[in-house]
Amino acid sequence: MSVADLPNARPPGDLPVLAPGHGPASITDKISSVVFGRMPIWFYVAMAIAFGGAMVLLASLTKLVFTGIGIWGNNQPVGWGFDIINFVWWIGIGHAGTLISAILLLLRQEWRTSINRFAEAMTLFAVACALIYPLFHTGRPWLAAYWLLPYPNTMGMWPNFRSPLIWDVFAVSTYASVSALFWYIGLIPDLAVMRDKAKKLWQRKTYGLFSMGWRNSARHWHNYESAYLLLAGLSTPLVLSVHSVVSFDFASGQIPGWHATIFPPYFVAGAVFAGFAMVLTLAIPLRRAFGLEDFITTKHLDNMGRVMLVTGLIVGYGYVMELFTAWYSGNLYEMYMVKNRLFGPYSWIYYLLIVCNILAIQPLWLQRFRRSVVSLWVISMFVNFGMWFERFVIIPMSLHRDFLPSSWDMYNPTRWDFATFFGSIGLFLALMFLFVRVLPAIAMFEMKTLTPDAKIKEGAH
Amino acid sequence: MQSATARPALHGLLAEYRSAQKLVAAAEQAHRAGFRAMDAYTPYPIEHLSEVVCDHHKSKVPLICLTGGVVGALAGWALVYWTSTIAYPVNVGGRPFNSWPAFIPVIFECTILFAAFAAGIGMIALNRLPEPYHPVFNVARFREVGARDGYFLCIEATDPRFEPAATREFLLASGAVEVNDVAP
Repeated sequence: MSVADLPNARPPGDLPVLAPGHGPASITDKISSVVFGRMPIWFYVAMAIAFGGAMVLLASLTKLVFTGIGIWGNNQPVGWGFDIINFVWWIGIGHAGTLISAILLLLRQEWRTSINRFAEAMTLFAVACALIYPLFHTGRPWLAAYWLLPYPNTMGMWPNFRSPLIWDVFAVSTYASVSALFWYIGLIPDLAVMRDKAKKLWQRKTYGLFSMGWRNSARHWHNYESAYLLLAGLSTPLVLSVHSVVSFDFASGQIPGWHATIFPPYFVAGAVFAGFAMVLTLAIPLRRAFGLEDFITTKHLDNMGRVMLVTGLIVGYGYVMELFTAWYSGNLYEMYMVKNRLFGPYSWIYYLLIVCNILAIQPLWLQRFRRSVVSLWVISMFVNFGMWFERFVIIPMSLHRDFLPSSWDMYNPTRWDFATFFGSIGLFLALMFLFVRVLPAIAMFEMKTLTPDAKIKEGAH
Repeated sequence: MQSATARPALHGLLAEYRSAQKLVAAAEQAHRAGFRAMDAYTPYPIEHLSEVVCDHHKSKVPLICLTGGVVGALAGWALVYWTSTIAYPVNVGGRPFNSWPAFIPVIFECTILFAAFAAGIGMIALNRLPEPYHPVFNVARFREVGARDGYFLCIEATDPRFEPAATREFLLASGAVEVNDVAP
């Protein structure tokens, strides 16, 4: 996927990116009031449910460490099941955050401003959930240290840098670190606002500690703007590399259904597709619950719908090309892979995938559906499920019937597989709730640059 | 060794303006009048204002970032090359020990990692953060609106052209609504 595939900045109709009448003061007050105000009861109920989910994750990982990965449905030949499906699904979801915060910044897409902060938070939490899986699917995570990371150990052993699995370790850990840095740097000026607005001493001290004494000095902004732009520039190739490297885990293997050169661009497009769906899934309830419709406007929803449609079509092209390449190759095993997808025992998942990722997004061609919160939210949920099915189709469906019929087997996930998966969704949501509770969910200083006040005409020298 | 009494009685004068536009005009005026030890405070970045206040010096962050990237690339390459050919050579399917095309992803990720952290930490270091105390916070009005919607210009006492009375007149004439002494 190239950045040129994204919709242009021209407003569809005449929708503003910031509702008229807002100045720096009202932006500060409105966004910080979410943190300093009282949370409604439903917030605590929802947080409790999400936190319960996180506890389910903890319990299932504890069980896993004490028993071993035999509690999962993985078998021979399906060595990668829910663990890797969920890993790829979560990593993909993370991609929208970086796309919004970095690529759309470089493309000067003003509409990114109000959604970048929480999309980046979503990235961080999704990557955190993703990292759980490769670590714990080793069964002995304490040994994974020397399997995955290059450090001088007493055995004198080093990882094999020719392996895509090691590339993956570097790509994902760099992605997590750089995303966290980008997010924190973006938060510093807003933490200073929170410090100055906080009433309680402990709040002032906590925000003050993390804002490091930021005072909005023009000399500071000078370096800050430079660093922020550089981080965006560095994150852009980084985010494209991450899912490409994840796709190498498959593409450099020989299993029919994996061994395809289309994988890197197809995975990156799928990641952006999944990520925007998750951003919509979260943004629509968020703006409603905290009355942020002035900042996350219909224009944002419309644009996100467009990005979802475009990336969805690229993914659809990927599905078609997979079928075509298998037929065109004339390779017996590749052709059987397609036959197995279309008519095999798991074909119902393949058709669910087509329904969710191809058919369900077609209404987005019409403005009416892109501007309706209900239809957008429903479509985004279809895509969330669809992208999970896609990873199921790629991973266990390719593995369960490979070259030798004598080694074929079915893959049946166990209740521990489901518990770990739902548990990680609980962890993700709990982290999102915490984030909305303690940090400004919309970048205040960036929103202020959209106000009429900030349009400076340069004086004559 | 300087004693406490040698400290100046004043950090500078802090002028508040009604709008970003007025602040930028005043900063340009101060720059033309020859003031260099000055700083402006705005709730969001204004590129032109930063250029005026920094006397059109370029930020050093890009250079630090580039250095970080070069160091990262070399460190990444050294790690992969040394482990794969010298410290722990493993024959994988008959490939050469120095199978450089397979090393590209790791070297690339190391480059990005080092460059990004150089840019981020470089920015923080150049701004001399964390800075637990700064005199400008002694002005109550600044604490109140500095981060919210205040536009301030501070001319510092270290500037050779600084004269408490004359500089205050200058700031008021430049359109300031209020000028406050900043205790050191």
